[in-house]
Amino acid sequence: MSKRTVQFKIYRYDPDKDQQPYMQDISVELEASDKKLLDALVRLKVVDDTLSFRRSCREGVCGSDAMNINGKNGLACLTDVDSLAQPIALRPLPGLPVIRDLIVDMTQFFKQYHSIKPYLINDEPAPERERLQTPEDRDELNGLYECILCACCSTSCPSFWWNPDKFVGPAGLLAAYRFIADTRDQATSARLDNLEDPYRLFRCHTIMNCVDVCPKGLNPTRAIGKIKDLMVRRAI
Amino acid sequence: MKVAKRTFDAVIVGAGGAGLRAALQLSEAGLRTAVLTKVFPTRSHTVAAQGGVAASLGNTTEDNWHWHMYDTVKGSDWLGDQDAIEFMCKKANEVVVELEHYGMPFDRTDNGKIYQRPFGGHSMNYGQAPVMRSCAAADRTGHAMLHALYQRNVRANTQFFVEWMAMDLIRNTEGDVLGVTAMEMETGEVSIFHAKATIFATGGAGRIYYSSTNAFINTGDGVGMAARAGIPLEDMEFWQFHPTGVAGAGVLITEGVRGEGGILRNDAGERFMERYAPNLKDLASRDVVSRSMVTEINEGRGCGPDKDHVLLDITHLSPENIMKRLPGIREISIQFAGIDPIKAPIPVVPTCHYQMGGIPTNYRGQVVVPKDGSPNSPVVGFYAAGECACASVHGANRLGTNSLLDLLVFGKSAGETVVDDFKSGNLTLKPLPESAADVSLARIARLESQKNGESVHEVRLAMQRTMQKHAGVFRFDNLLKEGVQRILEVAERAKSTEIKDKSQVWNTARTEALELDNLIEVAKATMISAEARKESRGAHVRDDAPDTAERPNGRDDVNWLKHTLWYSADNRLEYKPVNLKPMSADVEPIALAKRTY
Repeated sequence: MSKRTVQFKIYRYDPDKDQQPYMQDISVELEASDKKLLDALVRLKVVDDTLSFRRSCREGVCGSDAMNINGKNGLACLTDVDSLAQPIALRPLPGLPVIRDLIVDMTQFFKQYHSIKPYLINDEPAPERERLQTPEDRDELNGLYECILCACCSTSCPSFWWNPDKFVGPAGLLAAYRFIADTRDQATSARLDNLEDPYRLFRCHTIMNCVDVCPKGLNPTRAIGKIKDLMVRRAI
Repeated sequence: MKVAKRTFDAVIVGAGGAGLRAALQLSEAGLRTAVLTKVFPTRSHTVAAQGGVAASLGNTTEDNWHWHMYDTVKGSDWLGDQDAIEFMCKKANEVVVELEHYGMPFDRTDNGKIYQRPFGGHSMNYGQAPVMRSCAAADRTGHAMLHALYQRNVRANTQFFVEWMAMDLIRNTEGDVLGVTAMEMETGEVSIFHAKATIFATGGAGRIYYSSTNAFINTGDGVGMAARAGIPLEDMEFWQFHPTGVAGAGVLITEGVRGEGGILRNDAGERFMERYAPNLKDLASRDVVSRSMVTEINEGRGCGPDKDHVLLDITHLSPENIMKRLPGIREISIQFAGIDPIKAPIPVVPTCHYQMGGIPTNYRGQVVVPKDGSPNSPVVGFYAAGECACASVHGANRLGTNSLLDLLVFGKSAGETVVDDFKSGNLTLKPLPESAADVSLARIARLESQKNGESVHEVRLAMQRTMQKHAGVFRFDNLLKEGVQRILEVAERAKSTEIKDKSQVWNTARTEALELDNLIEVAKATMISAEARKESRGAHVRDDAPDTAERPNGRDDVNWLKHTLWYSADNRLEYKPVNLKPMSADVEPIALAKRTY
C-alpha cells in the first residue's frame, strides 16, 4: 500500500470546553508503512494533538485501544485500516461513561471483574514445589486465560448496557469460569454461589455479540454456558 | 495550582511485574502502600513478554543454579555483578514456584510439572549444550504472569492509583528520598505522595530508538526522574537489540521460536548461525545473534527486494506444535507480517528491546550512589527494581528469560527490604521541603504557556532517528562523537516543545511532553556513556575495538572492566568497580574468559 488519504468521522468531547459531544470530520495522509488503524490515529494525533485515546503495546496484548470502529468494537492496533469503509466512524466503547473523546471510564467494568474474585483460591498449605496439573487439565484453561480486559465484549452486550451494575458481563464471567475450570482452585461452590442471582449470570441471553467482537478470538458465551450447566447440575 | 498531599508508608511507581511483585510484599505485610501507574496494571509492558522466565527447576533436563549463574555472568560479558547474579539465580525456583501457587497457568510436562523450553545463551554444564530452563505459558508468559500478579494483588487489597503519571522525585537537602509528585490524568491535578519509602518499578525506555519492540508507554519515566533528581545512571550504553523483531513493524517474535526449533536463514537459505556460533547456533546469546544478522545483511545476504532482513523459519515444525507452543507468534506474524509461519518463514530484523542499564541498585533493591568514598552507598528511602534498575545482573548483555526473573526476584527483594527497614524503624517520615512540588508545577506551567515551540512529535522523532543512526547494533567512533552533539541539540529543543491541547482532562499531549523529558535523559545517558567506552563488550561493539589476540572480541578488561555512572546535571561520567565476587564464600567466582558460543 502506498501513500493515501483516509477520511474519518470521530467522536469528540472535551468536558473542559465542549457543551456537547460532536462528530469531527477529519482526514489524514497515511504513509506506506501505516497499516493498522492505530498507525492512522497516531498519524492523526500529529495533525491534532488534542485527539485523545489510550494506547500502549500496539500488538493486541495490553488491551488499551479498544473502541467502536464503524459500529463494531475492536482494537485499533489489530484492525487493518484499509479494510474499513470510509469515512471511518470512531466512537468510544458504548455503554460506559465517556471521559473525553475515545476514552471511557472503565470503573464499572473492572468492578464487575473484581466481583468474581479473580484470583486462585486454594487454602491448602502450598507445597515446596509447583502444584501438579496434567497437560489435559491445563488445556482446560485455553481460551479463558488469554483475556486482555479490553472490554470489547462487555460493552457490546445489551445486557451489560442495561445492567452494568448488576450483570457481571462476558469478560468477568469468562474470568469466573477460568478459575472454576482450574483444577488447582478449590472455590467452585463459593464461586457458583456468588453468581446465583437473577442478574449476575442469568442476564446473559446468548446474544453472542461478545464472541463476535473478541479481538483474541475467545468465546465468553461458551464459558457462561458451562457455568450455567454447573448451576443446573448442582441444583438436581 | 493547589497541590494535595497524601501520606503513605510506601509509594511504588509502576505496576508491571516488578511493581506488582513488590506491592504484594508490602500489602501482605500490612504497610499502607500506594501503587501509582500511568496505565491499568495489566496494560504494563510485562504483558508483552513471550518466551518464558528462567529457573533451574530441571523439570525436563538436568539443571542447577550454578550453571544458570555461569551462563548469566558469561552472557553479561563479565560486566554483571556476581553477588547479584548469584542471588537471582539462587532465588529463581522460589519465585517461579510462588507464581504457580498464585495461579499462573504455566504449560505442563507429561508428569504435570511446569513446562520448560530451551532459550538463547542458557546451557547445561557450563556451556556444553542447550538446557531447558525457560518456564513458559505457551508464548504468552508475560501476559500470564502479569495477570497472575495483578490478581494476587486484588486478593491482597493493594491500593492502586490507576492512570496517575509520576512526575518528579522529591529529595531533601540530605539527598533522602521523600516520595514523588504525580498527576492524575483524568483531572490534570498534581499531588504529592509523601512516603517513608519510594520504590521505582517504571520499566525501560526502549522508545528512545526509532525501531523498538517496546510499547508506547516505555518512556523511562523513573530513570528520567531519578536522573533529574541527581541520581547517576549506570551502564546506559548497553541496549539489547532483539534479533527477531518483525521487519518493518518492530513487533517482537520471541526467542522461544528458536527454542522450539526455529532457524534463521539468509537469502541463500543458509543456516548462517552455524558459522558464527558453532555450538549453540541459533540459540547463541542475543547480542551475538543480532550482530550476525546485521553482518549478513551488510554483506549482501539479506532477504527481500531490499535485502534488508533475514528469515525466521519454523515451517519444518509440526502445525500442532506451532499451535500449541507458539499460538501468539502465529497471530502476530499473520497480523503484522501477513505471513502464516506454518507455511512460510517470518521476515525479521534486530530491533531495540531492552535497557540493561538503569538506576544503580544492590541486590536488596536499595538505590546506591557514590558517597563518602563508597561507590555503593544506599540512598535513604529509595529503592528500584526491574528494567528501570541496574542491580547489575545483565551487565553488557541480558539473556532471554532473565528479565522476567529479574523483576520477580528484585521486585520481591526490594519489597522485603522495605518491609525489613520499616519494621526495624529505619524508615521515618521526613519533613517535606516547601518547594516539594515546584519543579513539577513549573513543568506544567511551561507547557501551558509555551509559544512558537516545536511539537513533541518532531523532537521525539529527531531523538529516535539520532539514537537509531548513532548508537545502533554496531557502533562507530565518528558516529558516536557526532551523536553526542546531535543528542545534546535535541535535548535543548525538548525544553521548548509546544502542545496545542490545553485541557485539564486526559490531556495525552501533555503526558507525551512529560514523557519526552524522561526519554531525553535516557538518550543523553546512552550516547554519552557509549561514546566514552572505548572497548567492545556485550551489546556495545565499536569499530575501533576489534577482535584481537590481546583483546578477544575487542574487550579491554584492563581499562574497562567497570560500571559507567552518568550524571545528568553536567553530563559527567564516573566509574565504579564490577563486583566479581559472588555473595557466598563457598561459591567460586566465574573467571574472566573469552566469550564464544
